[in-house]
Amino acid sequence: MKYRIAMAAILALTMQAASAQDKPAAAVPAGQKDATTLEFEKFRTQMEQEGNPAELFELQGEEFWKAKRGPKNVALTASCDLGLGVGVVKGAYVQMPRYFADAGKVMDAERRIVWCMVEKQGYKFDDLARRPFAGDNYTPEQTSLVTYVAAQSANMKFAVPLKDPHVREVYEIGKEVVAYRAGPYDFSCNTCHGADGKRIRMQNLPNLGTPQGALSAVLGWPGYRMTGSVMLTHQWRMSDCFRQQRFPQPKYASDTITALLTYMTANANGHMYKGLGIKR
Amino acid sequence: MASYPIRIRALLKGDVTSITAIVSHPMETGLRKDDAGKTIPPQYIQVLTVELNGKKVMESHLNTAVSTNPVFNFKIKGAKLGDKIVVNWVDNTGEKGSGETTVIPG
Repeated sequence: MKYRIAMAAILALTMQAASAQDKPAAAVPAGQKDATTLEFEKFRTQMEQEGNPAELFELQGEEFWKAKRGPKNVALTASCDLGLGVGVVKGAYVQMPRYFADAGKVMDAERRIVWCMVEKQGYKFDDLARRPFAGDNYTPEQTSLVTYVAAQSANMKFAVPLKDPHVREVYEIGKEVVAYRAGPYDFSCNTCHGADGKRIRMQNLPNLGTPQGALSAVLGWPGYRMTGSVMLTHQWRMSDCFRQQRFPQPKYASDTITALLTYMTANANGHMYKGLGIKR
Repeated sequence: MASYPIRIRALLKGDVTSITAIVSHPMETGLRKDDAGKTIPPQYIQVLTVELNGKKVMESHLNTAVSTNPVFNFKIKGAKLGDKIVVNWVDNTGEKGSGETTVIPG
């Protein structure tokens, strides 16, 4: 009898404990951060302060930017306009995607750099698109270039020129892409990223429609991923999203990716870009 | 020969200089295999030294338990603004690398 009472008491206790544990996980209000997120943030800040290996790719990218290269033997710094004038890199990253009249398209940083490499330096697009993202012991040149350009916009505010009708149009397309349901699971981006307080396993999923959610999705790119020691760009992240969604892989540097980046980056307008990221 | 860029910062605050060195290096353990199933030969930094105006102030012995593109942080006393900091490393294959910077206010 005594034993039974004790058991019941223990059961009651564990049940209470279980329900107490359930509560915070189930109801982390929008805008608030749970303990896991805070720990990850602490870890990231520490890594950023102590030194981020992404800086090595920035160094490499600076060399690529300034050297005369490619079949035409031209330096990007003397030929490539990232929107603020030929060769100007400071602040260019946070003001992209933007409309480029010479290309007749809205372009994000990576797409613009690839465009410059093709048009100004004479590289072939197909060669650049063959292995566009980093892998084991391999970093595409455009990734280093994006890293260099992005680092020159650290601690500046996002300012995608949404007043430009071209950019606005692409922004609206991006909004539709985010809401487009398809694939074997009938998912859209918004299925997971369209509401506050959602999670997948331990990771909080930002709501891309809100400034704060969009900000957490654009900060930290381009970033160095410690798993595999690779440098990855925001273009890579977008392509990988399609893979995770079981969609067909989008073409490298395509309109779709630019539209998504325009939507997300413009939603984060007015917030500070903290510079190169580091990821686990 | 592959190039191994190093990025070094040396920031003086009070009388303590904080030095950060980010070294580009594969740090292969010799335990991994490539896509073809062949063992990737080990290549890792064995000795890393730091010089202050040509005088050795630190020597560290590393092994395979250090990540690719490692970041080193350490503090020294007695450096002044404008002093020259040199970081050198040698790996097990005999490859060498070095980088230098001057102490700036932190």
